[in-house]
Amino acid sequence: MSAFAQALGDGAVVAKRNLIKIKRVPDLIVFSTLSPIMFVLLFAYVFGGSIAIPGMDYREFLMAGIFAQTVVFGATITGAGLADDIQKGVIDRFRSLPMARSAVLIGRTTSDLANNVIVIVVMSITGLIVGWRIHSSPLEALAGFALLLLFAYAVSWGMAIVGLMVRSPEVFNNASFIAIFPLTFIANTFVQESSLPGPLKTFAEWNPVSAVTAAARHLFGNTNPLSPVPDVWSLQHPVLMTLIWVVVFLLVFVPLAIRQYRKAVAR
Amino acid sequence: MTRMAEAIVAEGLVKRYGSVVALDGLDLVVPEGTVMGLLGPNGAGKTTTVRVLTTLLEHDEGKATVAGLDVVADAKELRRRIGLSGQYAAVDENLTGFENLDMVGRLYHLGKKASRERARELLERFDLVDAADRPVKGYSGGMRRRLDLAGALVAKPSVLFLDEPTTGLDPRSRLGMWDVISELVAGGTTLLLTTQYLEEADRLADKIAVIDHGKVIALGTANELKDQVGGERLELTVSSAQDAELAKTALAPLAIGEIALDDRGHRLTVPVSGGADVLVDGIRRLDSESIKVLDIGLRRPTLDDVFLTLTGHAAEEKQGEQGE
Repeated sequence: MSAFAQALGDGAVVAKRNLIKIKRVPDLIVFSTLSPIMFVLLFAYVFGGSIAIPGMDYREFLMAGIFAQTVVFGATITGAGLADDIQKGVIDRFRSLPMARSAVLIGRTTSDLANNVIVIVVMSITGLIVGWRIHSSPLEALAGFALLLLFAYAVSWGMAIVGLMVRSPEVFNNASFIAIFPLTFIANTFVQESSLPGPLKTFAEWNPVSAVTAAARHLFGNTNPLSPVPDVWSLQHPVLMTLIWVVVFLLVFVPLAIRQYRKAVAR
Repeated sequence: MTRMAEAIVAEGLVKRYGSVVALDGLDLVVPEGTVMGLLGPNGAGKTTTVRVLTTLLEHDEGKATVAGLDVVADAKELRRRIGLSGQYAAVDENLTGFENLDMVGRLYHLGKKASRERARELLERFDLVDAADRPVKGYSGGMRRRLDLAGALVAKPSVLFLDEPTTGLDPRSRLGMWDVISELVAGGTTLLLTTQYLEEADRLADKIAVIDHGKVIALGTANELKDQVGGERLELTVSSAQDAELAKTALAPLAIGEIALDDRGHRLTVPVSGGADVLVDGIRRLDSESIKVLDIGLRRPTLDDVFLTLTGHAAEEKQGEQGE
């Protein structure tokens, strides 16, 4: 068996183990879907009235942003799960086994991807209920969902590095929130980036979350005919920009995460 | 050159964490088929030693081989030959006992069928059949430890590492674990066991390495270590200080060293040699002087005494500090 096939096989065993947890502890999936539902309702009904997007209904504008935010939050499960496994000594056990070094990470990121699929389905239904509609072809819509998931998968590997470094799920959650809130809010997720002041606008224009949000908006046909064409390359070609981010993330995060895993020991 | 008769060889292992020296030139040899007890307080370097030998941690200096394989150069092959059960019972709470063992079997690449059969076999052996298909969440501490130990045995390892296998267990579960481990080593598995319980090392290990500050400071069988501290002692309690003085005089001919009196002056410790005969002789002497004895016994030094003598501090002194 080639090393790569073995890594995938071992990864599947680990992923199965993680998925059993979703089944046995349904609270996890319930709460990780409830919070995005809450976000949809909050923004649609509470903030929605005060955020005007000329030319389109705010809920149409909002959904891609919430999708992006939610899958990024979903990706944090990777880090929290690994930190928890380290704390409980499970990683020690895995590392003492003759399995591929990357398998625990492959398994973890894959099962978290499955988690994100479930969350996206629930959110789409919520979105449809509050008035969101897809105006593109089914194929484009599918590409939109795939892009969101792919982006989240790449972010997962980054979260894995942090989770393996901090070694405690509580610390991880605090640390990841500090990074994720600015990334998902200083973006085009909930407001138009053109409305942001100077440096924040530049940050938002090149923020990876903005790219995937704009890409999803475009692929779902939730674009605004009245809003001006963005004057930066990143948002003029959001789909390509997102794919570039995904490749860059994977190229950087995967080797770093594997390196961190090799060093990871419980305290 | 590989020395096949030696399952574990460590030479001059050094491991530093920044300025903290966890291992400070540790040497250890464990012959095949024997049980080595690594005895020491928290922070002595026991867990670090196990982590280096099981490839979880790379050491800074020195050399170590397990089953003839270098722990760094042959790490991958080595992992197929060893079993590790750590301090925390590293079992997955959300999986059933069966699922836990099956997962480990699959990760050893036993194949689907063999892995399942092995899991069932081990569950039976460790008395977990009734709980096999329940999530581990509901298991008692003792059951978790047994399952964790079973996990370490999935691939029938030639060398087994148990890091504090009974820490945190209640006395009854501890006795249960001891039975399981004794049975296991009777089958010829080489075992390196770390413990802070002197009684545990005494009970399970063929040889004991006492470690402190990252070094082996004494090595031998439990009896040899006890002899290092001194031989037997006759200990007796009398009802008054006056009787104690009389007893001291009466027993003086038997003593091979100085007779010690405790603070209250009611309890005497008499260093002796000669086993049970000395006890009988002592009782006769006390009886002929009509000294009323509340309690008397022949006591061999415990490993606690050994530890105190060797390290100058009690084994439990560092309790409460962070683990290694």
